Amino acid sequence: MEQLTQGEPLAFIFAFLIGLSMLLYAILDGYDLGVGILSSIVDEAHRDRMIASIGPFWDANETWLVLGVGLLLVAFPAAHGVVLTTLYLPVAVMLLALIFRGVSFDFRRKVAKKKQAAWNRNFFIGSLLVALSQGYMVGRFIIGFQEGLTAQLFACFFGLLVVAGYVLMGACWLILKAEGELQERAVGWARRAIWTMVLGAILSSLTAPFVDTRIYDRMFAFPEITLLLAMPLISIMLTLLMHFILGILPMENDRLAWMPLAISIAIFVLGFLGLVYSFYPYIIPGQLLITDAAAAPESLKIILIGTAVVLPFLIGYTALAYWIFKGKASDLSYD
Amino acid sequence: MDAFLLSRLQFAANISFHILFPTITITLGWLLLFFKLRFARTRDPKWMELYFYFTKVFALSFSIGVVTGVTMSFQFGTNWPGYMNTVGNIAGPLLAYEVLTAFFLEATFLGIMLYGFRRVPGWFHTLATFLVAGGTTLSAFWILALDSWMQTPAGHVMIDGVAHAESWWHIVMNPSMPYRLVHTLLGSGLTVAFLAAGLLAYRRLKGDDRPAVRTGLRCALFLAVVLGPLQGIVGDQHGLNTRDYQPAKLAAMEALWETTEGAPLALFALPDEDARENHMELAIPKLGSLIITHDPNGKILGLNEFEGLHPPVSPVFWSFRIMVGVGLLMIAVASLGAFYLFRKQELPKWLLRVLLGMTFAGWVGTISGWYVTEIGRQPWLVYGILKTEDAVADLPPAHVGLTLTAYLVTYLVLGLAYVGSLFYLARKAMKEEPQQIPA
Repeated sequence: MEQLTQGEPLAFIFAFLIGLSMLLYAILDGYDLGVGILSSIVDEAHRDRMIASIGPFWDANETWLVLGVGLLLVAFPAAHGVVLTTLYLPVAVMLLALIFRGVSFDFRRKVAKKKQAAWNRNFFIGSLLVALSQGYMVGRFIIGFQEGLTAQLFACFFGLLVVAGYVLMGACWLILKAEGELQERAVGWARRAIWTMVLGAILSSLTAPFVDTRIYDRMFAFPEITLLLAMPLISIMLTLLMHFILGILPMENDRLAWMPLAISIAIFVLGFLGLVYSFYPYIIPGQLLITDAAAAPESLKIILIGTAVVLPFLIGYTALAYWIFKGKASDLSYD
Repeated sequence: MDAFLLSRLQFAANISFHILFPTITITLGWLLLFFKLRFARTRDPKWMELYFYFTKVFALSFSIGVVTGVTMSFQFGTNWPGYMNTVGNIAGPLLAYEVLTAFFLEATFLGIMLYGFRRVPGWFHTLATFLVAGGTTLSAFWILALDSWMQTPAGHVMIDGVAHAESWWHIVMNPSMPYRLVHTLLGSGLTVAFLAAGLLAYRRLKGDDRPAVRTGLRCALFLAVVLGPLQGIVGDQHGLNTRDYQPAKLAAMEALWETTEGAPLALFALPDEDARENHMELAIPKLGSLIITHDPNGKILGLNEFEGLHPPVSPVFWSFRIMVGVGLLMIAVASLGAFYLFRKQELPKWLLRVLLGMTFAGWVGTISGWYVTEIGRQPWLVYGILKTEDAVADLPPAHVGLTLTAYLVTYLVLGLAYVGSLFYLARKAMKEEPQQIPA
């Protein structure tokens, strides 16, 4: 622990923890937001089943965002202030959408019949706006909050990319948790989403270096470029594997139903690493280095101790919850 | 309007709407656990009927509480970056501990509590209910530790204008923390007692006479009649603490301009900050000192001792009176209810109507109480360390105005939908056959 008393390693540990929280958030809330977006194109029975599959999990999933942003707030207050004031309006859109979406889970089943359709719509629109605004913000962030039409277009494009990514996650989650007709439809959704997302990701990787010259220098430096090229190659291979698996699903005894979800998680992780590579070691691309922005070591240490104590329990009971609700989703009821 | 005022209004709107729901879930979680344990003990299905009915109320309240709480955590960065820049070393760990120890716990076990009834053994379901109730209370503990530290900072040192932690024990156990924590938890208890009583009274008035409704009403009134007087005592002690640590707030609560020995208690007054005096004051001599110093001739510091550094007087003065008024009304109604239940085994119709009318009385008390303590903290954001005006972000006023409007519209829609749903659920529960519970 001795070297941890120095500020710098702590800063990197916290940068890592923030990154981890954000990645877990994107994967976990990603699938339930994706299910929310897909819930708009099915009938009431399927919608109930889809929402039943995420009912026990969505709240804890969303908490990873609170943790990630909370740690940013704690460990890098200066960066937190810059990021959130610059993104003031999209953050507000996301928060309002999170509110409407979160309460719709309950309201859609707890209001009179004639009002249920409105809350179903809120649930869909909320889920969609959360995904769009998050993607838009990530887009603005990775090009260092540049202004201008090109930057805005890039960020909007990134918003759509995240929607496709979340829809992919949602569809793969449903392949695992649904059965019968709904599962078959989920296979179809996943097939469309995977190609949309991968093409979008390639397009954004190719355009980002030209929108932001810093990324250009970062990407096309030798010898890193050889290593960097491996990432799109692995992604393409994973995509082809996914395409093949989706072609043979659903199988007898529901074999391999977990595969699409596992592959899309792998693609998310790769995409996330690519993103991080594009701005590391900055905490705000082009403006603020990780080491420049960290808070006081004594405060970071106390959080680190708490995290170390709590994390095993957190992982344990999260795993327990997934185990309790394992298998195909059944209808949601409190008894 | 400038961004400062708009940001303040926005934060006030966010926190005011948010607090309505945690104040329900904190105690309702424990009430659910109580129903569950009673069922385990007696095997009487009425307890599970109560459990399932109030679980729906809990789930709805919890989800609104969660999503409006997420908004709060972002507001620090979007509108008040100066807050974290100055006291982030203190506030950060407390907020992080709340997320780590409470948010994940309650969110995960809520899923099991709500949907796992037939998937886990009975004892585990009871444990999940306990952990949800414990999680909400733990969350209240951390956030009230932080809020209290902002009121009565301790255990820190200032280095180059930034607060650094010196003793976490003194930071968490700062002077106003125990009082504020107990006062808030009791407030939550009273809020839930009257919410439950109001909803069940509504069912009684609609002709629902099943054992669960009668028992539930009895429990709610019992809770109210025990907690009401207790809250009076704790509130009094909290007042003494405020006198010692935040005299300017106390002077505003009493609208007392000059330092006075044997100060009167103003029942009604229109404080005038320009003239620095009260108009149309109606006061009881000596009572102010008696309450605040427990001595009829005790000295209370007046607002003029803190010119330029005291809160706006009217909102604090009136919020305090509304809070105390609601509290006294609660004690009176709960005592009457207990009397009728004890002597006649039956609540008269007019009292059921009064209870229905007071379904959300706890909200009025909670909000006005928070206004006393938070407006009473002004002009400080962190007492004596950071002024509110120095923490605000330099945002375009139009942006803040836009988001403030959007939040207000959202809260209006959600508030109406919430209240409507509670009564809809009450009517629905009346029509349903009691569920069959596996023994």
